[in-house]
Amino acid sequence: MSYVSGFAEVGLRDRPNVGGKGGSLGELQRAGIAVPPGFVVRTDAFERFLARIEADWPVRARISSLDAEDLSAIERCCAAVRSRFEEMPLPSDLARQIELAHAQLCGVRGMPVAVRSSATTEDAVDASFAGLQDTYLWVKDLRQILHRVRSCWASLYSVGSVSYRRQRNMLEHAVAMAVVIQVMVDARAAGVMFTRSPTTGDRSVITIEGAWGLGSAVVGGEVTPDRWVLGKVTGDITVREISDKHIRHAPAAGGGIETVPVPESSRRAPSLSDEELQALRGIGRRVERHYGCPQDIEWAIDGADGEVLLLQSRPETVWASKEAAPAASAAPNPFTHVMSIFGGKDK
Amino acid sequence: MSAQEPPKGFPLPSSLRVIPGTERAQAAYPYTVQFGAGDDQRFWFYNSMHFPEPMSCFDMVTAEAAYCALGAANTRVHCLPTTLGIDHRIINGRVYIGGNAVTDPQEIARRTAEFQKRAFYYYENWESLYAQWKRKMLALIREAEALPEPALPEFEPLEHVHAGRGIASNHHLLEIYQRTLEGYFRMWHHHFEFLLLGYGAYLTFFAFCKKAFPEIPDQTVARMVAGMEAEIFRPDDELRRLARRAVELGVDGRFAEGVAVEAVIRSLEQAGPPGEEWLRELAASRDPWFNINVGDGFYHYHRSWNDDLSMPFASLPGYIARLKAGETLERPFGKLQEERRRLIGEYRELLGSEAERAAYDQMITLAHRVFPYVEGHKFYCEHWYTNLFFNKIREFGALLCAHGFFPDAEDVFHLTHYELESAIIDLMNAWSTGSAPRGPAHWPALVTERRAAIAQWSQHSTPPALGPVPAVIDDPAIVMLWGITRESLDAWLEAGTDTASREIRGFAASSGVVEGTARVVKSVEEIGRLQRGDILVCQVTNPTWAPIFQKIAGAVSDIGGSMSHAAIVAREFGLPAVVGTGSATSRIQDGQRVRVDGGRGIVTLL
Repeated sequence: MSYVSGFAEVGLRDRPNVGGKGGSLGELQRAGIAVPPGFVVRTDAFERFLARIEADWPVRARISSLDAEDLSAIERCCAAVRSRFEEMPLPSDLARQIELAHAQLCGVRGMPVAVRSSATTEDAVDASFAGLQDTYLWVKDLRQILHRVRSCWASLYSVGSVSYRRQRNMLEHAVAMAVVIQVMVDARAAGVMFTRSPTTGDRSVITIEGAWGLGSAVVGGEVTPDRWVLGKVTGDITVREISDKHIRHAPAAGGGIETVPVPESSRRAPSLSDEELQALRGIGRRVERHYGCPQDIEWAIDGADGEVLLLQSRPETVWASKEAAPAASAAPNPFTHVMSIFGGKDK
Repeated sequence: MSAQEPPKGFPLPSSLRVIPGTERAQAAYPYTVQFGAGDDQRFWFYNSMHFPEPMSCFDMVTAEAAYCALGAANTRVHCLPTTLGIDHRIINGRVYIGGNAVTDPQEIARRTAEFQKRAFYYYENWESLYAQWKRKMLALIREAEALPEPALPEFEPLEHVHAGRGIASNHHLLEIYQRTLEGYFRMWHHHFEFLLLGYGAYLTFFAFCKKAFPEIPDQTVARMVAGMEAEIFRPDDELRRLARRAVELGVDGRFAEGVAVEAVIRSLEQAGPPGEEWLRELAASRDPWFNINVGDGFYHYHRSWNDDLSMPFASLPGYIARLKAGETLERPFGKLQEERRRLIGEYRELLGSEAERAAYDQMITLAHRVFPYVEGHKFYCEHWYTNLFFNKIREFGALLCAHGFFPDAEDVFHLTHYELESAIIDLMNAWSTGSAPRGPAHWPALVTERRAAIAQWSQHSTPPALGPVPAVIDDPAIVMLWGITRESLDAWLEAGTDTASREIRGFAASSGVVEGTARVVKSVEEIGRLQRGDILVCQVTNPTWAPIFQKIAGAVSDIGGSMSHAAIVAREFGLPAVVGTGSATSRIQDGQRVRVDGGRGIVTLL
């Protein structure tokens, strides 16, 4: 059987098999949004691999029995699980499938890829643990890719993820990990975009944060990004905060990424032009309309051709979870609305 | 507010001094408007929006008549639940006003019941009542136009005698004067018949948008509501039309910067049929659209375009040049309306629920229904009628001047309307007794003194507000008409203490960033100083200055909200504008370089 699917073949509904990130990237591509091409190693590969380990060393049962409060037990258990993941060889037919998909994706020249975890947990969990589930950037050769696939699987058993699941008493066999393998973009600038205000929850504004180089510097908080607020409908740019972007993330010669200083002349220059801001706004609106709810998006500007690419989009969760009272509801007599102005503070 | 904060406040009225040497001019204002006992306990603010310059004794009638009518509408007619009328005081020629809040919950409840019976009826029947309003207003205008010019013949005309009229011409002076004054007071009642209800319905939608979309710029809400075909835009539209006709008729060469109106007209008269045709077009535009004045209509010297064609003519060469450069001058109504529809639809789509969308629909529907009045009334009231009123007073000035009361007909505006009536009666008596009137020995010295006082007063700035700052500004009239909120007062207080700051904050009225030379224009006479690319800095921007908006690069005002006409015109011209700064005209030096950030509401001194 096949364990890999191209982005074009998957969508959000496939989330149980391809995880949140994989489903979202497929969904974006289907919606006509440009994303760096890639494929997903589905959760059945993970399940098969896990079954091999569980054949003589049960993992899920062990995790399920952990006490959420007993952090040292969790740490011990996670270390044990991770070493099992490191020791167990990858089934050869699976490795072969990844190799073929990779060759198809990157050709013989072997463009560098990102290897990213794509868990089947809820978006909120995904969002909270975005930093804990591993992502490996600028992975250059197949051997490394295969190794990182295993690392991604194992990151499901990081201390943070496990204690989060234990605190919420989540069912272990409902949790699985897919892995996204995607062409790496050598971004000129990258960052995040929220299609509602992170500070007020306003759905009529788009907040964009960006800095030079790869988006990992912004997501990881290593640089203070430039920040803009745009009217979602009007495109008016109401906030422009250009920061001192002293460093950027760049691909390292031997694979992976490195932090390099930004030349003095670019540090205080805006990392996006107004045209790029408007292009992002347009894309943000399309994605939001496609999903029917505000989105939390990672984007990059391709250094080669200036194309705006999305690396990730997930529903915004912070404000969505707040039970906001409607600003007003229809009134039997529409004129009574004016009492909000004429009636004084205690109406 | 924390308890540790020192109490905030502006100077007390009692601490304000009449400028030395102007005490007698100050005393000319009636006792009712002098600051006095009890006034220190109240909050007052300088109404620089309507009265940006020290006002002469006669012009004070505008404050008196307007607040009389505003108060009647709020207190007795519509019975606004939380506010009564507005009191006014005058010192150093400056008009300070203070609201009368209703705070007793029982009284608010009682007034609420009354309000809903009255206001809701108006909303229900808005279109028919507004149509009736226009008829009333036009009838009032026609009545004022029909008033004869006051005159005193040497002998009563024989036909009057033969007709047995029985009333001599001197009596008609009083009749004409009193009808003139009565008409003006009546006009202000018409003015306020719908105003607060209209603004209130608009603000209801505005407040909803701010709640549903906390970061929505004021100007975006304004764009969703503002119409594009209000009467107030017509005069400028007519100018654009006349510019186009001049080009079409091939007489555009007759217009040039700096050429006197009389010379242009003479040259057109000599230009044969095309020139005559253009002059006919001009005549058609003038009635009624040139009945617009170069200010807000509250000062006698805000002359109408009809009275002084130099203002409209000054902008014709610019419009003609733009046409010849291939620009289309006509405002793109279709495009603007399409854009408005798009905004309304797309914001609606962003709302969180169907319940909110239904409320939004109800509120914007009402805002659109009331807005033609909110935008349109000014043309009839503050412009057309006010011009007629001041011109009639000017006729009395000419008559009194002819009888030696003062050297110049315009001097009449240095008499209060009470004094003017006494001067008219003086003249009536003198005409009847055959004695010399007493006025010529009485008025000239006073007029000289008062003219000098106004010149003095205009050299001195005055605090933006007086007295203790109220914890909340819950008076819808003050919030709506003057855009004054607790936040704007705090900003004013801060501006008073922090004069070293290079930034002046106000309402973000029209987005965009521009740098330029500031022209601080303190009165309408000075607008001729504006050069292309200048930043207009004034106490209150005025929509009838629209033609100069084609010249300037940005606008800054001391007072006004995002729905002030200046903001609307600035948005239409795509000019960055910051309004309601409280202090721009006193903090910015004429000729200084400034940056206007109209999207953030910040003016930076460079």
